[in-house]
Amino acid sequence: MSSGAMIQLDQVNKWYGQFHVLRNVNLSVEKGQKVVVCGPSGSGKSTMIRCINRLEEHQQGRIVVNGIELTSDVKNVDAIRREVGMVFQHFNLFPHLTVLENLTLAPIWVRKTPKTEAEETARHYLERVRIPEQADKYPGQLSGGQQQRVAIARALCMKPQIMLFDEPTSALDPEMVKEVLDTMVSLANEGMTMICVTHEMGFAKAVADFVVFMDKGEVVEQAAPTEFFGNPRSDRTRLFLSQILAH
Amino acid sequence: MATDIAPHATAAELPPPRTSVGPLAWLKQNLFATPKDTVLTILVVLFLLWVVPPLLRWAIFDATISGTTRDVCTFDGACWTVIKMRFGQLIYGLYPPEARWRVNLMAVLVVLSLVPLFLPWLKQKLLYGAGVLIVMPIVASLILEGGWGGLQQVETNLWGGLFLTLLISFVGIAASLPIGILLALGRRSNMPIIKALCVTLIEIVRGVPLITVLFMASVMLPLFFPPGWSIDKLTRALIGVSIFSGAYMAEVIRGGLQAIPKGQYEAANAMGLSYWQSMGLIILPQALRLVIPGIVNTFIGLFKDTSLVLIMGLYDLLGIARMIVASPEWLGRSIETYVAAGFGFWIFCYAMSRYSQRLERKLHTGHKH
Repeated sequence: MSSGAMIQLDQVNKWYGQFHVLRNVNLSVEKGQKVVVCGPSGSGKSTMIRCINRLEEHQQGRIVVNGIELTSDVKNVDAIRREVGMVFQHFNLFPHLTVLENLTLAPIWVRKTPKTEAEETARHYLERVRIPEQADKYPGQLSGGQQQRVAIARALCMKPQIMLFDEPTSALDPEMVKEVLDTMVSLANEGMTMICVTHEMGFAKAVADFVVFMDKGEVVEQAAPTEFFGNPRSDRTRLFLSQILAH
Repeated sequence: MATDIAPHATAAELPPPRTSVGPLAWLKQNLFATPKDTVLTILVVLFLLWVVPPLLRWAIFDATISGTTRDVCTFDGACWTVIKMRFGQLIYGLYPPEARWRVNLMAVLVVLSLVPLFLPWLKQKLLYGAGVLIVMPIVASLILEGGWGGLQQVETNLWGGLFLTLLISFVGIAASLPIGILLALGRRSNMPIIKALCVTLIEIVRGVPLITVLFMASVMLPLFFPPGWSIDKLTRALIGVSIFSGAYMAEVIRGGLQAIPKGQYEAANAMGLSYWQSMGLIILPQALRLVIPGIVNTFIGLFKDTSLVLIMGLYDLLGIARMIVASPEWLGRSIETYVAAGFGFWIFCYAMSRYSQRLERKLHTGHKH
């Protein structure tokens, strides 16, 4: 079907009413690659990754994920969502369920995994994000950093092939950013295919195969981290980097 | 910037000052905190002294309960003899006294069938509840209406009193929740025809008084049936009450649905849950819990509105009270009868209110978005 890329965006366009949010966006991510997407707010980065699991609908162009093209066909959408995990800025844990129930819900209802097996997997991933002791608490009883790690574990419980991160550390208190980033780094080191919208440039330098810079709905620049930070080609990138790195 | 930090000894833990604990402190804080509070407290106490003693004198000290006829009554105090003599009617309506055990049996069955819902280890509560909802009406009509295997047939127009009030509200409550949920989801649906249908139904039913809905149910509903077909008055009343309270419930539930953050819908979608899965597992459990006060409010309103079935010729608790007041043997004892009927309504409404508060506390998982 396509070039063997895990995620392929071809000339994707999207409008909110009259507002052109995504303009001819092209992106190709191979299996195992880590991509960091950055750009000023309102530049369309979240919209782009939300199109990949169809939380948003694109109006023109093609999006192919794991060999399946995203169309309005519900079957394709469901097939893609089963393989794509997502972590949100505001965690979006289910407050009426315990941590363990949050983790086992989708495996049980979507993947039809037996309950005991789903719980075993859930405890395994809680161990991985280093909060096994919180399994029976409710999300409201955890700190922000713990909640985000639960959210990561929840996505992993579906055994996805791709993970999308939509500003996973932006809503966290500063002292909790590191614990979440550490989890993401270890996930990256295990070969997960990842797209992260984030302003954590340290993370980008450490794990990204390439960085995508978006502004006003278009991809302005796309380069390996060393080149992106060391020798940005476009003025807009340079301006953005000077604003975000000048602390 | 850096100032040096002095080594800091932890301050000793002291008991709270005398003036902030104990009954005297409570009085001071709550009743006599400011001059305005003091004046209000005194006024309220005076009001109670003015109202309560005569009330007690009428209801208890000067009241009569002995005897069997109006002749024992005086006009100094209440005459509870009327309630004593007509208690059976207030509870069962015109249901034949020799068959009242069937109503009692049914009440026991209903209570027993609800017990499993409160057992913490029963996991399939929803399934069980749905089963009860299907089986119970059949059992109820077999037992209460009779007419088989030697059971005397009791026409539904003889059913009445508190029994009828409870029956109608039970059915109304049980039917209004599912109807309300479906209408609320339909109103928020992306499918224009379903949405239009739900909006139309909700707005029409809500824009019309219950008494009109009941009137239409008794006059218009038969027009839709083929000739020779008829359903009895009670069933028509039940259909009217269910649709009416369903429409109100829909708006209460819609309020809850709108209060759920968009992120919850997105997380459910992103995990690949289907529409019904995300509604049933994620959205509705949270939305319903948010609007428990509104739901119970609707239940209580429904419970009291059942009196309106009087226009269809059905005698609920209040209807029976009116019948007693109008009967020649008890002419003039209307206050006692209405007080008793009111007390009957109040007990059940208060119980519902208390239960809802307990439920809210139990379901609170310490999370606000």
